[in-house]
Amino acid sequence: MVTVGVVSFPGSNCEAETFRAAERAGAGTVSIWHRDTDLKGADVVILPGGFSYGDYLRTGAIARFSPVMTAVTRHAEAGGAVLGICNGFQILCEAGLLPGALVRNGGLHYLSRPVDVRIERNDTVFTREYHEGQVIRIPVGHGDGRYVAPPEVLDMLQADGLVVLRYHSGVMLDAPANPNEATDDIAAICNPAGNVMGMMPHPERLADPNLDSDVGLGVFHSMVSSLAPAQ
Amino acid sequence: MKTYQVHVRVMPRVGLLDPAGQAVEHALASLGFGGASNVHLGKAIALDLEGRDEADARDRARAMCERLLANPVTEDFTIEVTA
Repeated sequence: MVTVGVVSFPGSNCEAETFRAAERAGAGTVSIWHRDTDLKGADVVILPGGFSYGDYLRTGAIARFSPVMTAVTRHAEAGGAVLGICNGFQILCEAGLLPGALVRNGGLHYLSRPVDVRIERNDTVFTREYHEGQVIRIPVGHGDGRYVAPPEVLDMLQADGLVVLRYHSGVMLDAPANPNEATDDIAAICNPAGNVMGMMPHPERLADPNLDSDVGLGVFHSMVSSLAPAQ
Repeated sequence: MKTYQVHVRVMPRVGLLDPAGQAVEHALASLGFGGASNVHLGKAIALDLEGRDEADARDRARAMCERLLANPVTEDFTIEVTA
């Protein structure tokens, strides 16, 4: 069984939904505390959404120095799967596990709403259960979600195909395209090896069959089907 | 060791969109404060810092900025050290 570990930092607040989504996808789960120095056997580590350390200084800036991040970095460098969702994405950027940074939304407002995103790649551990080009409607909830990076990094992301999700308009017209004014409509990126991904949308918030949509469950099914030992 | 007062100023990188600065600029204009432009919002961080001398304190403050206080992707910083 694939084991998903979810890290709790002081101020994380999406752990419960993330655990439930992983369980619905058939994974085992383990809770990891920010002071832990090992990952308790997790195959996938998820840095969940929330407001670690109250977003003091910058989002993710203090959480990235938590003891657990040494183990997370080691796991990532060894090819282990690491997913950062929202605040988790911000932490991964601050930690240097992903390039660039997430800054204040272009419109300054905190955004809590559905957006449409396009699956740019379905050959990652996190997106294989979607189709390339598929547009999914999924919630975001953030004040600092505008992805920025130096021009040479943006060129590299484009050339190497490291953008996994882009904000999208045109299919479902009532959802705002690029709500935070992210550069190049970037909603999710991965590292060159494809084992570390950060995403601003919250797949765990649409992962319950009792809701209108459980399209976010695809992220969790993807991790389980990618990492399950071959039968 | 001596103790120095360190003031770090962290500002958004020039050229990067600064929506908070723009919002304050618009608010100033709407209050009738004409002629205000290039408004930018940053952070000021004050600390007392021990060092062998002023240069040592400045070096340590710079290391703090590079490691934690500023994000090298999006921000620039300046450091003032006084005895």
